[in-house]
Amino acid sequence: MAINWFKYSSPASFYSLAGKMIPLFSIISIVLFVLGLYTGFFVAPTDFQQSEAYRIIFIHVPAAWMSMFLYLIMAGWAAIGLAFNTRLSSMIATAIAPTGAMFTFLALWTGALWGKPMWGTWWVWDARLTSELILLFLYIGFMALQAAIDDPRRADKAGAVIAIVGVVNIPIIYFSVKWWNTLHQGATVSLTQSPKMATTMLTGMLIMSLACWMYSIAVILMRTRTIILERERNTMWVSDLQGAA
Amino acid sequence: MKPRHRKLTIIIMSVAALGLATTLVLDAFQSNLVFFFSPSQVAANEAPKGKSFRIGGLVKEGSVKRESDGVTVNFVVTDTAKVIPVVYTGILPDLFKEGKGVVAQGKLSSDGIFRADEVLAKHDENYMPPEAADALEQAKKSQKTVMTD
Repeated sequence: MAINWFKYSSPASFYSLAGKMIPLFSIISIVLFVLGLYTGFFVAPTDFQQSEAYRIIFIHVPAAWMSMFLYLIMAGWAAIGLAFNTRLSSMIATAIAPTGAMFTFLALWTGALWGKPMWGTWWVWDARLTSELILLFLYIGFMALQAAIDDPRRADKAGAVIAIVGVVNIPIIYFSVKWWNTLHQGATVSLTQSPKMATTMLTGMLIMSLACWMYSIAVILMRTRTIILERERNTMWVSDLQGAA
Repeated sequence: MKPRHRKLTIIIMSVAALGLATTLVLDAFQSNLVFFFSPSQVAANEAPKGKSFRIGGLVKEGSVKRESDGVTVNFVVTDTAKVIPVVYTGILPDLFKEGKGVVAQGKLSSDGIFRADEVLAKHDENYMPPEAADALEQAKKSQKTVMTD
């Protein structure tokens, strides 16, 4: 049986599909968070140079990864919305921004808390830290620009331009520790090399990353549903929904 | 070409152009994006003169000496090729250790000593339990004795 995927690009059918998927992703996310935090705090061994302080890595690295992934996904949906004029794609892009901004803030914040005892400073203007701060400004700029334009379709188009332009920052963040001298150390986990950390530590970090993914999907679906309702409030199917409730 | 395909092409082309422009700009600013200079770069006169800058490298083994006042520290920063002696008065970060990474900000005085007003620890990207680190250390040592035999 062929599934007609385009059916779900209509906000009305996506609304009900998302409603069914939210509980699933929420439950998986909670289970993974419990599992990941337990592994991180009780199973993973003490580190040879940073002792217990390194355990902030279980929040810091997943948050930093998510901040970059979510930006790429947001820009991707925004670009699709701009090119094909599909309403739902732009709504998803708008829904991703606050979660992405939250993870960026979390990465910067936990990084500062980690930097003070280990490096001896809360903040330095090295390439990695500065480019991650620019990412936060890009998210905030995207949200502010969209909020400043009354017509949602025009807001989508303007936001898409910012989102697409900002994509150049993502490789800069990722490769900054390779291209330039930075205070931030190089990548522990990468696609091309074997991870430079003990297996149980890595397991905890990967479980936490997956938990963050599931959390993000659940929250973004919820936010997309709210945006759909807000924008389609004058349509028949939304009034039907209200009648049924 | 359909209008939406033309639009998509324009978007892809502009991202590519923007990427290229960014690459060129970053390449032009290469020297300004450097967070610290290595002792070799300083020896090659690449570091700014008479101005405050940062040096980075490893703290040379056996080079850390505390002065009698208890807060002034002398140590040597090395990149295994060149060395720079550093003097610093203040509190050192927890991870400051001989043989480990360090970044110091300050000025190079005419006698060749780097007077630091801030010292930061730069740790590496390896995480492992202490037992594993000990085992690695042992393996390295035994390898060295084999080579010298």
